[in-house]
Amino acid sequence: MTSYLIQGAQLLGEQTADILVEDGVIRRIGPDLAAAADGARVVDAAGLVALPGLVDIHTHLREPGREDAETVETGTRAAALGGYTAVFAMANSDPVADTAGVVEQVHELGRSAGWVDVRPVGAVTVGLKGERLSEIMAMAESRAGVRMFSDDGMCVHDPVLMRRALEYVKGFDGVVAQHAQEPRLTEGAQMNEGSVSAELGLTGWPAVAEEAVIARDVLLAEHVGSRVHICHLSTRGSVDIVRWAKQRGIDVTAEATPHHLLLTDERVRSFDPVFKVNPPLRTDEDVHALREAVADGTIDVIGTDHAPHPAEDKECEWSCAANGMTGLETALSVVQLSLVDTGLLTWRDVARITSETPARIGRLATQGRPLAEGEPANITLWDPAATTVVDPARHASKGRNSPYRGMELPGAVRATFFRGHPTVLDGALNTPVPTPAA
Amino acid sequence: MRHLLSTKDLSYDAALTVLDTADQMAAVGERSVKKLPALRGRTVVNLFFEDSTRTRISFETAAKRLSADVINFSAKGSSVSKGESLKDTAQTLAAMSADAVVIRHSASGSPQQLAESGWIDAPVVNAGDGTHEHPTQALLDAMTLRQHRARTEGRESTRGLDLEGMHVVIVGDVLHSRVARSDLWLFTTLGARVTFVAPPTLLPVGIADWPCRVVFSLDEALDPAPDAVMMLRVQRERMHAAFFPTAQEYAREWGLTPERVAALDDAGATTAIMHPGPMNRGLEISSAAADSPRSTVLDQVRNGVSVRMSVLYLLLSGDDLDPTSTPHPQER
Repeated sequence: MTSYLIQGAQLLGEQTADILVEDGVIRRIGPDLAAAADGARVVDAAGLVALPGLVDIHTHLREPGREDAETVETGTRAAALGGYTAVFAMANSDPVADTAGVVEQVHELGRSAGWVDVRPVGAVTVGLKGERLSEIMAMAESRAGVRMFSDDGMCVHDPVLMRRALEYVKGFDGVVAQHAQEPRLTEGAQMNEGSVSAELGLTGWPAVAEEAVIARDVLLAEHVGSRVHICHLSTRGSVDIVRWAKQRGIDVTAEATPHHLLLTDERVRSFDPVFKVNPPLRTDEDVHALREAVADGTIDVIGTDHAPHPAEDKECEWSCAANGMTGLETALSVVQLSLVDTGLLTWRDVARITSETPARIGRLATQGRPLAEGEPANITLWDPAATTVVDPARHASKGRNSPYRGMELPGAVRATFFRGHPTVLDGALNTPVPTPAA
Repeated sequence: MRHLLSTKDLSYDAALTVLDTADQMAAVGERSVKKLPALRGRTVVNLFFEDSTRTRISFETAAKRLSADVINFSAKGSSVSKGESLKDTAQTLAAMSADAVVIRHSASGSPQQLAESGWIDAPVVNAGDGTHEHPTQALLDAMTLRQHRARTEGRESTRGLDLEGMHVVIVGDVLHSRVARSDLWLFTTLGARVTFVAPPTLLPVGIADWPCRVVFSLDEALDPAPDAVMMLRVQRERMHAAFFPTAQEYAREWGLTPERVAALDDAGATTAIMHPGPMNRGLEISSAAADSPRSTVLDQVRNGVSVRMSVLYLLLSGDDLDPTSTPHPQER
């Protein structure tokens, strides 16, 4: 395996050092390793921030079933280009990832693609129907080794079923990731309920429908002594509840998406379905509450909720358009714009919320590791001084539904090292890691 | 202005231009030969994704009185029911060289999407979209209100008249009403005060940001008597979604009952009774109210044709709906 000498990178945006990558691990870190790195390929990282490879705790890869929207191959290429070395693939495929067979299929597709670690998420309930538990242990014990379970897209709204799921996954240190949406309060919901929905005449998705479920679930987690993860938290009230729960000692983690940190429901005035997403874009007040919650640690991680859709599912009336936006290839730019350039977070914090903590929540031991000698060489080199005008047509994802189309965003991925191999080099897709023996 | 999509972005001057032109169009309807050659050779498409016989025939009559050719395209079942998509329909009409598209759709925002999509390059008139807007309804309501004002003030002409100082009470299902929204924006642009009356379940969250007064009691809103009271149609199925318990309770609390009409009479009020139709007699409006001399329901229907003639004429004859000569402080 080729070795690489990353020269002059700012480790977590702090001290400058060289990183020698050999045989899939970080062999050495030091001020000037040129002499020690005979034969290594040199990667000039002057001015670049070195981060541990990003881990997306919330990705939709659409395969199996909706290969017209995305495949494991295209989605993980997009992930590599976004600086990711691992993604958790949500269960709402067709068939649903509610059996060992499906999670092993997704796991194997990810392994043979070789762009990132693909960690399948198992469905909590059969067919995401919210009626009975899927064979959770079978998925946990499968070759996919599933640790995270979610009906994402649907809420596990039955309180008894949610309680049982929280209890059941304790047996193998698993976690349930809840899509918090009270279904009756959101029937026909099209956008955030507030002054904009009132004016546009679109059925509202009230904040209380998210907050009520989060409140219930943190109390359930406390009662049964389980951990619970909250997907794509989107409102100020949700932040307050999670903050309260953490103060109380409840084992809850929370995630925010890049789009909820930047965009508001004012965008819906365009009636452009590219801005239709679930949970919906909220208000400016919510955006700022979310940013502060990331800064104070109430929100633990950034999850993209990357949700690619074919054009025909978005080129239609708002009310019949699909929910979701792409995000893998723009996430770190939005994090820089909303959290770093605003002075709320350091790059060390960014490493925590985009890599270390998501890997820990998903129990992925080889990812989210420190940039230190002997650690797996999963490294992202980020140029914070670059700017990019977003052009979805140039994305590796099949999805063209980026809400940032035409916007100028800060930063760019220059290289992504996955297990010591550059999947992205000079800002462009390189080659996947050679397939290891099964 | 190239399209008529909402009254929110209609300026004071543009609204008055439409209304003054509508007055001129009304004169055509009183002649024995009710036809102008203005739009001869032009094609107006009525693209109705939602049934509405009244609105469609009003637009059809308006276009025909201007000598336009009219195509009625009833596209029930858009992409909602896996039929042809809005995009394909629009491109089909573009290929047939439609000169204007009048669109009615159950999905809020569809007319704006059509106008901004680049799928078709013709003026778009919103004939009612979901629970968003119904601008020609608001224009015909404003036309009716200023006729009422001219009548009560003894004016000979309505030309250039706005609604300054008028008080209009709008009663009923504001939450689901595109008429209520379009009326509010237009009436306030023209200087009127608006009060909404409804059970709290039928008012949108976020209404506090609107330029209106909100009260829950119809009797409170009618004392002192306003210049006009507009009764919105209430759909009976709303009660199954628990917006109100029974039709009887709704009629008692928020219906324009014979007793409430009598109270207006006793007070010597000049209050006009308006309704966008079709009426649910016995629910939001009693027969005593609908058939009283105060009722302007048929004036509204008549004015609907004039207003739609005006809009089609102004959009298709190329005259600017936004005259820049006399800027008004209320213009955006």
